[in-house]
Amino acid sequence: MKFLLSGNEAIARGAYEAGVRVAAAYPGTPSTEILESLVQYQDIYAEWSVNEKVALEVALGAAIAGARALACMKHVGVNVAADPLLTASYTGIKAGLVIVTADDPEMHSSQNEQDNRQYARFAKVPMLEPADSQEAKDFVKLAFELSEQFDTPVFLRSTTRISHAKSIVELSDPEHREPLHTLEHHFEKYVMLPRNARMRHPLVEERLKRLAAFADECDYNEIILQETDIGIIASGTCYQYARESFPQKSFLKLSLVYPLPVKKIKEFAARVKKLYVFEELDPFYEEQIRALGIPVTGKEVFPVCGEFSPTTARIAITGSKPKKNAPALLETLPLRPPNMCPGCPHRSIFYVLKQMKVFVSGDIGCYTLGGLPPLSAMDTCICMGASVSGAMGIDKGIDKALAPDNLGKAVAVIGDSTFLHSGMTGLLDIAYNRGACTVIILDNRTTAMTGRQEHPGTGFTLRGQPTKQVDLKALCKALGIDHVRVIHPYDLEQVKSTLQEEINRQEASVIISQAPCVLHRREFKPLGGPLNIDDNACIGCKACLQIGCPALEWHPEGNRGKARINSDLCTGCTVCAQICKKDAIRREG
Amino acid sequence: MAEHRTTNILMAGVGGQGVILASEIVSEAMMRAGYDVKKSEVHGMAQRGGSVTTQVRFGTKVYSPLIRDGEVDILFSFELLETMRYLHLLRDDPIIIVNNQKILPPSVTLGNDRYPDTIPDMLAAQYSRFHLVNALDIARQAGNPKALNVAFVGALSRHFDIPESIWQDAIAAILPQKLVALNRKAFALARQTI
Repeated sequence: MKFLLSGNEAIARGAYEAGVRVAAAYPGTPSTEILESLVQYQDIYAEWSVNEKVALEVALGAAIAGARALACMKHVGVNVAADPLLTASYTGIKAGLVIVTADDPEMHSSQNEQDNRQYARFAKVPMLEPADSQEAKDFVKLAFELSEQFDTPVFLRSTTRISHAKSIVELSDPEHREPLHTLEHHFEKYVMLPRNARMRHPLVEERLKRLAAFADECDYNEIILQETDIGIIASGTCYQYARESFPQKSFLKLSLVYPLPVKKIKEFAARVKKLYVFEELDPFYEEQIRALGIPVTGKEVFPVCGEFSPTTARIAITGSKPKKNAPALLETLPLRPPNMCPGCPHRSIFYVLKQMKVFVSGDIGCYTLGGLPPLSAMDTCICMGASVSGAMGIDKGIDKALAPDNLGKAVAVIGDSTFLHSGMTGLLDIAYNRGACTVIILDNRTTAMTGRQEHPGTGFTLRGQPTKQVDLKALCKALGIDHVRVIHPYDLEQVKSTLQEEINRQEASVIISQAPCVLHRREFKPLGGPLNIDDNACIGCKACLQIGCPALEWHPEGNRGKARINSDLCTGCTVCAQICKKDAIRREG
Repeated sequence: MAEHRTTNILMAGVGGQGVILASEIVSEAMMRAGYDVKKSEVHGMAQRGGSVTTQVRFGTKVYSPLIRDGEVDILFSFELLETMRYLHLLRDDPIIIVNNQKILPPSVTLGNDRYPDTIPDMLAAQYSRFHLVNALDIARQAGNPKALNVAFVGALSRHFDIPESIWQDAIAAILPQKLVALNRKAFALARQTI
């Protein structure tokens, strides 16, 4: 049977067909749908782990226990999981272990566009890179075979244009695998004391050599010899872009992208007149190919930054730019950037933080949008959890005697899922080392940005089973924070007074702002229905517009113009009504 | 089937309008009609209430999931202003199908910009194959304004030589069971009336 599957759905299907027994992940675009799709296969144990390091360790443990195991994460998630990764390379596995890294060239939904092919070289583990959904499925199965054949974790690298592109996939039946569920003591292999690790490292180097030989022998790195004036080395979607633009030229399509097939590269280079390496982001192949003494054209014509397209290939190789068919109909178009939803519980917090003019140490989630106008209340956003420990550093680093009012105190803003991912440790540091920071946990009861996944604070698992639910207030107290307050973000007075009191406090404190995401299917309760603006009472002062709610619209007609509410969008959260000095915003009917 | 050059459809709209779902139905229908199909879009922060695009490509053999600049055959736009962002990607004499709906972007709701009000006239003057569709009205007629995306696909379906039964099967394959009847009705209504 043929199905249209996204790369992520195909990876999940491949895991199922390969007989995976344990899968673990933390949600992150563009990787999230792998586990969401995997739950359709009832026999696989699948979990949302607390973070990517935990996910990889869970998967590694399962692989050591004899179960084929999968860990999935976005590119920056591998940074979090890098610690177990680099040593898992030494220990190897018993049953197959595959790590999916979903990279995000162009940063459609990420804070950087790091090229995780570098991790394969860094960790000395093989990496496969599919070029469509069919290959995504097939390569997962191949990755498990390689993992067991070479006793190593194996990377499968996807990018946004693989994970979130759909193409046609032929499905197979799952493999029948005899269970290997017996733990074996193997001190020299799994206990990385220095003396054992010293014995394992040469095995890793020797493994790499065998993998390099395999790269040359296997069919997955394929030479397609056609017109030989131009030869292009490419992998993943870049191969598709180049093939689309130059269907008659010659290609070396890489699928096992680390270690590289040296003999095949030399053979291909000898057969073509001009050799291009067409790769997104870093010159990963290019530098290795140059080191072989082979002249190649790469980053001097193709960009390092951003994602490629079939247009990129055409322009750089032929120099012909596509003609622009854009008639100058409009000079400039109003932009439509992403925004928090109408009724979003985060909005009031950022509105008040902006008014207080504090320095906001921000974090990763929907609430990062609080940095955009008109709220404009975020001063840093680095990585998951950095808001909390970063606030600690700001507190210790700033010269408070010189700081103006309210800029002497650091305020961290972090979501519930992000706090549990890696904010907890920073908070423990604040308590332990007596930082005087205020940490605001925006507890919307879900992992919102990636599409509302469960986490340890929601009381439900990936499969929707009820489970233990962490008590955030008790947790913060247990970490050593004496002042923990829970507030309701739709009560603007409470938000203002609580923030002011805690920011004035010369000790560490936590404010938990608690209300479910407006898209939360289980917990969100309607907020009372749309509000209305009394046209006669509205003086057109635009104060309500400063919360940046999509339901509030400015109508410039008349002498001063008026604000109006789009009743199709308004949830009735009343934050704008609490801001209006003329009491012009009221419940309809 | 005979060799068929790749057809490129760029779908544009605003987060929440059901653009992605519409692209799922079109892709499914093209696969069922026997074509190779690829479709691409972005998720996550990129979709939070902002501009959304998705690209559908079908033909005998499709390599790239992305359309080359200047080669969009059909611009299928769910919102007037969004249409204007992608005109530079169109080929000569393209088909432009636009849902006659305005959704105000933040700079307009904040009073810093005005929503351009002559978009349909500008497009009609420039493109001979421009079609304006009131998909929301058709969806309401079918029983629910939320079916606007599938009604709009009904308008698109007129441009391909594919039997209606394939489209109706694709709708049933993509949508949850309880929504199939409504959406089939919206699709059929749009296909007949436009």
